[in-house]
Amino acid sequence: MILSDKTTTISDAIGKISDGASIMVGGFGIPGTPFCLINELVRKGPKNLTIIKNDANETGMGIDHLLKNGQVTRLITTHIGLNARAIALMNDGVITVEFCAQGILAERIRAGGAGLAGILTDIGIDTELGDDKQHVTVNGRTQIVETALKADFALIHADQADNFGNLGYVATARNFNPLMAMAASTVIAETEALVPLGELTPDTIHTPGPFIDHVVELAELTKEYAVVRR
Amino acid sequence: MSDARKRMVARAARDIQPGMTVNLGIGLPTQVVEHLPRDMQVCLHSENGITGIGPSLTYEQADRNLIDAGGAYVSPLPGTAFFDSAVSFALVRGGRLDLTMLGAFQIAENGDLANWKIPGKFSPGAGGGMELAQKARRVVVMTTHTDRKGAPKIMQRCTLPLTAKACVNRIFTDMAVIDVTDTGLVLREVAEGLSTTTVQAATGANLIIPDETLPRF
Repeated sequence: MILSDKTTTISDAIGKISDGASIMVGGFGIPGTPFCLINELVRKGPKNLTIIKNDANETGMGIDHLLKNGQVTRLITTHIGLNARAIALMNDGVITVEFCAQGILAERIRAGGAGLAGILTDIGIDTELGDDKQHVTVNGRTQIVETALKADFALIHADQADNFGNLGYVATARNFNPLMAMAASTVIAETEALVPLGELTPDTIHTPGPFIDHVVELAELTKEYAVVRR
Repeated sequence: MSDARKRMVARAARDIQPGMTVNLGIGLPTQVVEHLPRDMQVCLHSENGITGIGPSLTYEQADRNLIDAGGAYVSPLPGTAFFDSAVSFALVRGGRLDLTMLGAFQIAENGDLANWKIPGKFSPGAGGGMELAQKARRVVVMTTHTDRKGAPKIMQRCTLPLTAKACVNRIFTDMAVIDVTDTGLVLREVAEGLSTTTVQAATGANLIIPDETLPRF
């Protein structure tokens, strides 16, 4: 048996995304953010997008391009403090921002990918983030029902991938990527290096290929991936 | 940074014990690391998926894929581990984090913490702060004793939206070290040159002041 080849062009992969789509985007700050896939999404221009990402990147990179281009109507996130545009659009009511505790966002996504309806947690109890959510009592303790998150698409950044979509991440670029790679109907992974089948050691693959639909090899990295002088 | 704040940071560092797993929040807490002995056995965790954080790196030395949750470029140590965001917060919620040091807008005398939102002015989201505040085994906050206008940040009840209820164990400020106890706020140490009366006057809640002479920092 031979595993299938899922490599495609960035244009064909991102071209599948249409108006109104919900999109999970990997990354925590710069590491793990699929900047090239995002830039292609800006070029293609679908509107009314729901973006699910840990943060909104910084001004002038990543998610900020989508915001500037008016493509986002809803953002599910944990922290947007480094993007003044995101905060302004939220304050002006142009986009809806749903804040989630960071580890709870991770678990909601993991639950969505794992075929679960949600999770129960006491995180956020007696705070603004928990007050409007369903509460249940389990073993005598009050818990918040946090619903699972799924999306139409997930955009993933990998350090290494093979043609089948087995992925390896590096250092703190892993973050939300392996969770989101399980939680979307169509999963598109960009990779810095595309290697032949068999080259990734089976024990060290972080995301198994069956979760991935399309693999895009990056010819070069844009300057957004580089170290930022702060 | 004022001399008193520097001394607060140095004093807070002394609360980190060998063998601990520790998360240092963005801002003042991050600076605590500068005061830890290089040969100390301590494991620093950051929310973005790393344990065993080593010293920060310059622009020239930095690895573009290796940052802490505050965006600082950091180095690995022998024994560093990388993991995803679910694992990172399993470590926090599962009780494996011995200590977190966080910033604060307000702290109430029962240990309520507000540090994520000032309605109408500042609302960037809480990041991982709620889970750190709620689930670290020990939560200490580091803050100036009063805000820029001189109003107390330690009060009977927080007026800002809460990060977590009754979560704070100890407060480090540029004026004092204060413990949150079942009987109320207990003054433990006072900054050089200040009287307990001055500290009480700058505090919006009653301080229990022990009879003995308090240590200075």
